[in-house]
Amino acid sequence: MNMAQIQSALAGHSFLADLPESDIERLAVLAFDVHFQPEQIIFREGDPSSFFYLILSGHIALEVLAPGRVLRIQTIGEGEELGWSSLLASVNKQFQARCLEPVEALAFDGAQIVAQCEGDTAFGFRLLRKVIATVADRLRATRFQLLDVYARRSGGGQ
Amino acid sequence: MTTPLTTPATASAEPPPAGLMTPQPARLMAVEKETHDTFTLVLEPPRGPEGEAASRFHPGQFSMLYDFGVGELPISISGDPERPERLVYTIRSVGPVTTSLVTRSPGDSIGVRGPFGTPWPMTEARGKSVLIVAGGIGLAPLRPAIYHILRHRGDYNRLMILYGARSPRDILFKRELNAWNLLPDTQSLITVDYGGVSWRGHVGVVTTLFKSIRTQPTETYALLCGPEIMMRYAMRELLTRGLPKNQIFLSMERNMKCAAGFCGHCQLGPFFVCKDGPVFSCAAIEPWMDLYEA
Repeated sequence: MNMAQIQSALAGHSFLADLPESDIERLAVLAFDVHFQPEQIIFREGDPSSFFYLILSGHIALEVLAPGRVLRIQTIGEGEELGWSSLLASVNKQFQARCLEPVEALAFDGAQIVAQCEGDTAFGFRLLRKVIATVADRLRATRFQLLDVYARRSGGGQ
Repeated sequence: MTTPLTTPATASAEPPPAGLMTPQPARLMAVEKETHDTFTLVLEPPRGPEGEAASRFHPGQFSMLYDFGVGELPISISGDPERPERLVYTIRSVGPVTTSLVTRSPGDSIGVRGPFGTPWPMTEARGKSVLIVAGGIGLAPLRPAIYHILRHRGDYNRLMILYGARSPRDILFKRELNAWNLLPDTQSLITVDYGGVSWRGHVGVVTTLFKSIRTQPTETYALLCGPEIMMRYAMRELLTRGLPKNQIFLSMERNMKCAAGFCGHCQLGPFFVCKDGPVFSCAAIEPWMDLYEA
């Protein structure tokens, strides 16, 4: 991808919707395109958090390794982000990310994004609002998932 | 077709007609296993006054099924409304009555009352896109609406079906969901709350599928059925996305007993779910969604 294509991909990405063009241009300079194959592990639980990804196509599963089994807890895809913990200092990866199909994404070095946020706090505020909205969405979904609403329950004499 | 209520109803002053309260025997034609705990019962409808076996119903309506000597339950009709010669019910075996019903054999007799209740707004949704949001066994009451749309495809715009199940082995009507996804202007997405490594599809609650679809909120009718908590989350998400309250419909399941608005067991705020529902618009039911049912 050349710079124009990266800029266009970022401008059309749902995660960055409504950000001003100057923010897109700033991020485009930091982005590079990456491709992953099905079954490829993008990162493992415990890995240092280094890269932040915006997914352009394909699906990725977030997994937790338990003794004797792998628990798949969430899938994410086009228009979503992966690796928001790379924007926090000293946090290692909490999950394993495995590609379920060919994945194309734009990758960013988390430290470089953080440096940009610190250098221009208005940009940092706008970007981190996007990250917080994503984290809030995931937290809400996780709480909903924990309710286990489809569990087998007998009620009303059924 | 009755229009789902948007204003409070009044209680029945008179007892329901005796015929409404008397189960009619229907012959069980087949029991089909759908998942490890969910079965579809196909009944030959009770004979009418001229000996015909046909039971007309609207998508979203339910019957009271009576397993003689065991008990009676409200069960939504899950079959094709344009095949009235077959009464189809999909039942999850969770307690004594449902377990007894799904272990019946072809030829057995089951008592049927109904159909009862308000239907999905199929007439009002004409010319619009329809978004179906179903969770678990909640897909069963919505299947007649899907059949109706597919039989009258030209009357509706896009059909989007979002279905959430607990795990891959709990997915209901899986073959049909996959087949519907191949139809023009039709999108059918499945997600599970918990997936193993052999599951290649979506993992996450059903509301996480909303971002995979494109809707024009004012041009879309949403039909929701599933556990009430799921419907609450889905309803809030749809309202956030700009769907008008009078274009979001939910099928409520409360403690229905008489099915005629007489006994009061299923009262929810000003409504009797059996008579004024089970299908309600969000505009009507939203204030009562948080009420605890003891």
